[in-house]
Amino acid sequence: MPALGADMEVGTVLQWLVKPGDAVKHGDIVAVVDTEKATIEVEVFEAGVIRNILVQEGEKVPVGTVLAMIGAEGELAAPAAEVKPKPVAAAVPIEEKPKPAGLPPPAPAAPAAMRPCVTAGAEKQPPPKAAPAVSHRLRVSPLAMRIAADLGIDVSRVKGTGPEGAITKADVERAAKAAAAPRAKPAAVEAAAPAAEAPKAAVSRPALSGEERKAAMRKAIAAAMARSKREIPHYYLGTQIDMSRAMAWLQAENLTRPVTGRLLYSVLLLKAVALAVREIPEMNGFWIDGAFKPSEAVHVGVAISLRQGGLIAPAIHDVEKRRLDEIMVNLYDLVKRVRAGVLRSSEIADATITVTSLGDQGVETVFGIIYPPQVALVGFGKITERPWASNGMVGAKPVIMGTLAADHRTSDGHRGGLFLAAIARLLQEPEKLDGQ
Amino acid sequence: MTDNEIKSLVVGELKKLAPEVDAGQIDPTIDLREQIDLDSMDLLNLMIAIHEATGVEIPEADYPRMATLNGCVAYLRTRIETK
Repeated sequence: MPALGADMEVGTVLQWLVKPGDAVKHGDIVAVVDTEKATIEVEVFEAGVIRNILVQEGEKVPVGTVLAMIGAEGELAAPAAEVKPKPVAAAVPIEEKPKPAGLPPPAPAAPAAMRPCVTAGAEKQPPPKAAPAVSHRLRVSPLAMRIAADLGIDVSRVKGTGPEGAITKADVERAAKAAAAPRAKPAAVEAAAPAAEAPKAAVSRPALSGEERKAAMRKAIAAAMARSKREIPHYYLGTQIDMSRAMAWLQAENLTRPVTGRLLYSVLLLKAVALAVREIPEMNGFWIDGAFKPSEAVHVGVAISLRQGGLIAPAIHDVEKRRLDEIMVNLYDLVKRVRAGVLRSSEIADATITVTSLGDQGVETVFGIIYPPQVALVGFGKITERPWASNGMVGAKPVIMGTLAADHRTSDGHRGGLFLAAIARLLQEPEKLDGQ
Repeated sequence: MTDNEIKSLVVGELKKLAPEVDAGQIDPTIDLREQIDLDSMDLLNLMIAIHEATGVEIPEADYPRMATLNGCVAYLRTRIETK
């Protein structure tokens, strides 16, 4: 279960879009997960073949839980052929030691050639080393263990039919059936057999209702912001930026474009921030485990407010390399999907810096709160017409207040000031923002 | 298009952008952006939708004339007539 943002602790698998044996490549969407904030399409970051699915549809699991295993392409033939006719559970890795019921099962240890997929939170809890095979030890797959706990089945009384006598989900279910034949099976077990054989029409657990999601989102935002304020020694800077050249350029540019191809000035701001990061790289990256991990790529999180309250800050990837048109298309698409409540995991999880623009209705100055584990947030207020003195002359100019909230653990006011100055300078040459 | 048709077109698009808005409560003389909290992306979407429905291409310079619901109707009527 990827950590889709600092404020996420658990997620529910709504739907699997792949089944064991399916080949996947980087960027494929394999599952749909429900969080407090939105419905997220989970992407994979490895190419390979889905070996098995460890968390079934409808299950709610903590961040860091392995959802599925991906094997290398070539290795499909042998092991997959063996397990093909069996239910999915037979393929569950059984390397781990049995755990006393009641303790949360740790992430399963991955056999050498298999890598857990979609585990953004996993680096925080490295999976335990595989226990050496000890024949007298009870071998139970984590899934079987959990189902057994749910069904009130004592696993020590279940006969294992998996490899080396391991107890699989199917074994537990058989035992449950035998124990209480007429008892209705819970939904999780219903969903059992070859998990994603045919995409199911109905998801076992409905997504959160509007009100529930609203309350959950408030809680999630509060948790992330409280963490930010508690852990991050913020410092704040602000500077007024002359937007006359940027706005004149944009107006002229938009005159030549049909309404469907017009740019919003936010796109100029996003690009300027992304380019300024090249000059002051300590604004871009993550603070993880007591150290700053700068990021090569500049994935700019864009704070997007929701009409019903709350906000989400998904990322536009590689902003520094994109042309303004591309950023606009991305932003347009992102806002649309945020408001429809469907996002992709990479967009939610990997912003390296955030920009919040409170738009032209609201205030002039934003005092941002950094979104952990990021280390900087750039804020923009509305553009206002102001008296502006330059070269001994005073004129009226459109001006925007650019602010920076940055992490004192990674940078100081001096560097932060240079960063804001770079943004201001880049916005004076809007035509150049389109390139690189 | 009659004024009423233009009005219901605009109101219909506003409802799509802001589903919680009660169409009957929109004051046709007050700035729409303030009244129903539209951001620049909402406004762009409104212009795109109007363009798709009427074929009228609205230059950015004319946005201020469309600030209110009455303004939208008056502006679009002229533009559609002279098309």
